[in-house]
Amino acid sequence: MLELNGITAGYDRRAPVFRGARLTLAPGESVGLLGPSGCGKSTLARVAALLHRPDAGRYVLDGTEIRAWRHRAPRELRTAVGVVFQQPRTAADPRLTLADLIAEPLRATGRGAEAAARVADLAPTVGLTPELLSRRPHAVSDGQLQRACLARALSLRPRWLICDEMTAMLDASTTAALVAAVETYRAGTGAGLLAVGHDRVLLERWCDRTVEWKDCLTGGDER
Amino acid sequence: MADPRTHRLRLWTSAVTVGAVLLAVLLVPPLAQLDEQAVDLSAKLLPPSWDHPFGTDDLGRDLLLRCVYGLRISLLVGLVAALVATVIGTAVGAAAGALGGRLDRGLMRLVDAFSSVPHLLLGIFVVALFRPGVWPVIVSVAVTHWLSTARIVRSEVLSLRSRPYVDAAISGGASRRRVAVRHLLPAVLPQAGLAAVLMVPHAMWHESALSFLGLGLPSHQASLGNLVQTARSSLLAGDWWPTLFPGLLLIVPTLAIAGLAGVWRDRLNPRRRSELML
Repeated sequence: MLELNGITAGYDRRAPVFRGARLTLAPGESVGLLGPSGCGKSTLARVAALLHRPDAGRYVLDGTEIRAWRHRAPRELRTAVGVVFQQPRTAADPRLTLADLIAEPLRATGRGAEAAARVADLAPTVGLTPELLSRRPHAVSDGQLQRACLARALSLRPRWLICDEMTAMLDASTTAALVAAVETYRAGTGAGLLAVGHDRVLLERWCDRTVEWKDCLTGGDER
Repeated sequence: MADPRTHRLRLWTSAVTVGAVLLAVLLVPPLAQLDEQAVDLSAKLLPPSWDHPFGTDDLGRDLLLRCVYGLRISLLVGLVAALVATVIGTAVGAAAGALGGRLDRGLMRLVDAFSSVPHLLLGIFVVALFRPGVWPVIVSVAVTHWLSTARIVRSEVLSLRSRPYVDAAISGGASRRRVAVRHLLPAVLPQAGLAAVLMVPHAMWHESALSFLGLGLPSHQASLGNLVQTARSSLLAGDWWPTLFPGLLLIVPTLAIAGLAGVWRDRLNPRRRSELML
């Protein structure tokens, strides 16, 4: 279970972006979070990814209450949630080749020995050719880079995947390919998905259910 | 903005000058096997000639040879001091920027405290603590010149720290150390390197200033500052060469290194880089 309850978060304690948001995901469930731009849904996604410490509220991930965020959070919890960000350009270290980019989480967690095999395994599932893997971010398109970012998020086989407007910058065919890659991964592992976006048609077709941002704030998430 | 031809000209003049200076200071002393301190009072204060292209000083020592030795010492001081200052500055700036919080505030107040005292005054205070020599000068220049690098590196790290790729690294299980070494430091090193290169001539000038004030290297040792200092007295008697040549040797390498650093800075700027490739 991924349970966010009464979350208040923002970038200034006196003026939080939102107050008291709640959202619950059952294991293996895919939920689309819909909302207008600037409402705070990305911030909630960052809280769920343990990247942003909320000002108040309770977050329980697979039975463990989260009390520390970012580097302070235990590594097992951090890596249990994979994140794909909206803008692949800023989410990729410009110095790393795509292969290194995908392998980075494995190397960072001391599993560098598996990296080559895992990259070779993941690249075709997200549609990256070996030639593309040797390029750096500036030499590939946004879509290709986002494919690599998705592969990076999947490299540690997370139990949860958070896609924050993953396809907002991309064309329809790349969107379809990325969604298909996520679904293939989920079918194989049973991972849960939180897809944040403003594209209602896409999220309704992609996810088991969709939640309106305003319902998150008023406690309407109960089924 | 300079067109590519001016750019290339600047690159080549600077590179050739720096190359010539480096060759001279590296090769002349071991190959020539001449004593730059050899006194010949019968040949004192001779104007430039074929035997003594830079003339001789008031003790009949060959100025060309002394200039090369002086430049050698000044360059050594400049390079080592710039390197040490950059390492200190990068470490302090990266720690402050990456760790933030109280450590950041503490370190930055330290930088402010150091900056509030004039560099030269602080440098004089440091050399005054030791017996005159090369190392006190290096230490004095290094401990007074890491401040700007620390500020540059800190602000770079601060802007990088909030990039989503750092978030992605954290989410991928990277430790603080890993984020710093793998993602932050490689991004700030070009800036720090540029700061180091620009620091070399600055450090040379500081060495010269300290030596000129009689606080740097011992006066028998040839350094550009010492040469100008000893030549000062003969200038009023109309002997221009003992001041002119050491002075030129201070100015020309400075301009050449600044030229190279300018080319480097242009290459760091991606937009400029793409224009240069056209």
